Amino acid sequence: MHELSIATAVLERAAEEARRHAPARVTAVRVRVGELAGVVPDALRFSFDVARRGTALAAARLLVEEITATARCAPCGDDFAVGTPPFLWCPRCDRPTTRLLTGRELEITGIELEEASA
Amino acid sequence: MCRVIDVRQAVLAENDALAGALREELAARGTTVVNLLSSPGSGKTALLEPVLAAAVARGVPVAALTADLATENDARRLARSGAPVRQVLTGGLCHLEAAQLRGHLEDWPPDDTRVLFVENVGNLVCPAAYDLGEKLRVTLMSVTEGEDKPLKYPTAFGLAHLVVLTKTDIADAVGFDRVAFTQNVARVNPGVEILATSARTGEGLEVLVDRMLAVADGAAVHRPTMEGGRAAAARRAHVAPGPEPGRPHARGRHRRPGPESLTAPQP
Repeated sequence: MHELSIATAVLERAAEEARRHAPARVTAVRVRVGELAGVVPDALRFSFDVARRGTALAAARLLVEEITATARCAPCGDDFAVGTPPFLWCPRCDRPTTRLLTGRELEITGIELEEASA
Repeated sequence: MCRVIDVRQAVLAENDALAGALREELAARGTTVVNLLSSPGSGKTALLEPVLAAAVARGVPVAALTADLATENDARRLARSGAPVRQVLTGGLCHLEAAQLRGHLEDWPPDDTRVLFVENVGNLVCPAAYDLGEKLRVTLMSVTEGEDKPLKYPTAFGLAHLVVLTKTDIADAVGFDRVAFTQNVARVNPGVEILATSARTGEGLEVLVDRMLAVADGAAVHRPTMEGGRAAAARRAHVAPGPEPGRPHARGRHRRPGPESLTAPQP
């Protein structure tokens, strides 16, 4: 249940970014979470709701984009979804892959701001 | 009016940067960190006790830092080896972060320490997400935990530089299926070495110490696919001898000589 630590880190990063755009108010934080990031999106949303209370981002929503894990087989050039649990072998030529293309993302991609109304 | 600001930042950027700095700082001090991950009760402490003792017997200065939610029992057990030991109490936190580790490294371990073992909190989920500045990440599992554990906790096994199977002395009693286990490990982490060990019989302990000291001496470390496509050359250097890397192996053919070492056959 490290999602609370992750949510806190998301809030800190987003608050830092928001300060540069003050006095605009953050309405949402956009994150990308890969299938193999070891983070459960539902637990992250729950943790974010708890962690945001009493902060400058108390009204911000968390928008999670879930990223499918994919890999590339170097010999045949095929890209494939590794699935859950992951199978890091090419389904076409049955060789192990050394190249994961997506699935480990755990990043903030943007914040949505509402300008302070005049 | 509403607007969207593009940000492209890893959520754990701060931890990762700190871990990277720690890795460099420790390398300059000649110390290599080995991060040990497993479920509670897999036998991390029971394995680390003889590993520390073996290193001490070889005259290699090692130290250990052990993390638990509560109690200093593990530190007391490990200190019997004669190696310097510290206990980190996380106070309920389920994993160690680089900042916590750094807090203990101001004037510790002693300057000549070659390997610092970090026994992470017993948990196969959260610790996998946090780089501690280690050069070798070891995921352990005991034979009582079920052959499919690597599939249930793919991140912990998928990011391992080395997988250690523990309690092999009771493998037959619990009907542990080694072939299925190695296939499951190979599925999430192709090419990673698996060492079979028993703290009770001593199986695999010297080989484990050899592997850890070799890494401290600069030996190449396996690069898990899940870690990204970096350092393919280092990874190739670590694959067991035999068929060239990337070639399909006949079932069971990938096994290394000697009873202490299994290597992932084709899943």
